[in-house]
Amino acid sequence: MSKVRLLVGTKKGAFLLNSDGKRKDWTVEGPFFAGWEIYHMKGSPVDPDRIYASQTSGWFGQIIQRSDDGGKTWHQPGTPAGEEAAPSWPPAASNKFMYDVTPETGKPLTTHQWYDGTQHPWEFKRVWHVEPSLTDAATVYAGVEDAALFRSTDGGVHWHELSAMRGHVTGPQWHPGAGGMGLHTIILDPANPKRIFIAISAAGAFRTDDGGATWKPINRGLVSNTIPNPTAEVGHCVHHVAMNPRRPGVLFMQKHWDVMRSDDAGENWREVSGNLPTDFGFAIDVHTHEPETLYVVPIKSDSEHFPLEGKLRVYRSRSGGNDWEPLAKGLPEKNCYVNVLRDAMAVDTLDDCGVYFGTTGGQVYASADSGDSWAPIVRNLPAVLSVEVQTLN
Amino acid sequence: MIRVALPYHLRTLAKIEGDVSLEVAAPVTLRAVLDALEARYPMLRGTIREYETGKRRAFLRFFACSEDISLASPDEELPDAVAKGEEPLLIIGAIAGG
Repeated sequence: MSKVRLLVGTKKGAFLLNSDGKRKDWTVEGPFFAGWEIYHMKGSPVDPDRIYASQTSGWFGQIIQRSDDGGKTWHQPGTPAGEEAAPSWPPAASNKFMYDVTPETGKPLTTHQWYDGTQHPWEFKRVWHVEPSLTDAATVYAGVEDAALFRSTDGGVHWHELSAMRGHVTGPQWHPGAGGMGLHTIILDPANPKRIFIAISAAGAFRTDDGGATWKPINRGLVSNTIPNPTAEVGHCVHHVAMNPRRPGVLFMQKHWDVMRSDDAGENWREVSGNLPTDFGFAIDVHTHEPETLYVVPIKSDSEHFPLEGKLRVYRSRSGGNDWEPLAKGLPEKNCYVNVLRDAMAVDTLDDCGVYFGTTGGQVYASADSGDSWAPIVRNLPAVLSVEVQTLN
Repeated sequence: MIRVALPYHLRTLAKIEGDVSLEVAAPVTLRAVLDALEARYPMLRGTIREYETGKRRAFLRFFACSEDISLASPDEELPDAVAKGEEPLLIIGAIAGG
């Protein structure tokens, strides 16, 4: 019997939500790392018991946690699991994210644009997203603020920047959004191990085809009226990008405003907002078995981060965009003023595709029928920052 | 033995109950105490002092014998009472909320 495990990161800790394949009855475990912000957690596709978590704090900085037993126990990579500290331990480096300034790489620390238009040095703040390798449980990527991409090949013990990303010639033009300049989306191409897509707020989307040695902006077709040149090569506030692994050349994007689609691995984008009541939003995902079925959660505007008319709605397109239908069964019909953040939606791989999302109001909703109906798993968690799902056999 | 009082979240991170007691050779400075603390509890590296700069994290302050030593040189000797373990070195986080 299949099982599903949701990995829920919140403003005040992590939670694991477990169910069987029916996805009707759930158990809730947590909080883990109580009181800390858990920006993101994700399990290795190679070894689902291995889960990486980004634990962060405005006071104490960045911590990386890892579980090797499906979330039962956690440790900082490089320190023994379940044991107290000992003098014999090697110096922990798992929370050491140092920008690469070595002359060998030719990518000294540059500057990016600050809010006032002046240049500002890169400053590490936190890990927004962890993305385990598709083929190696010890390899994991981290997208960080200020925007950069790091990789560990030893299970998170040591991290090294893929500095060509930050060192891209357009770097000085990148600028933070109000929430910071985070590299928040990392998509590994299952068909091409050297191809990675990433997205940054507010720089845009980028792609490497050589394992991170070089990068190119992939923002042609994006139109952002909030920047001086609406069709600039970089500077777009991309909120999230989603891809069905079975069709890696096709990407879907929730931009600040506009839902976009690319059929050529990001070379060109076209708007597919269609009949959405508002095309502002953060989360976007693709059905596991129907690559033309998309999900977004429309948010009223960039000034009012809550659903239209206080009605929480997921919108689904079964035509790859443009034609959208509201999904409301089981979701709040009134007085709902929560947000759904960029990493807070996920789909499982069961035959009846499950769709999940979490809200800043602490609710996590599940649909076991591709979005036709919804039910809350939990209602009163801290604000949800991220939701990932593991389908376990 | 030097005594160090840590904020709650760092105690839970390092699985510490109560104050930490550390052997630190003279001269007992803030830097020497923090080095000893991080050597014994490596998971605390980066949480009190930034990796990049070695500077105190902005939301933390250091107190010794009721004196705020956050802005003092980390190489100044700590008061005798702290060096002898009669008083703890306090590492205090900014109050959350408002």
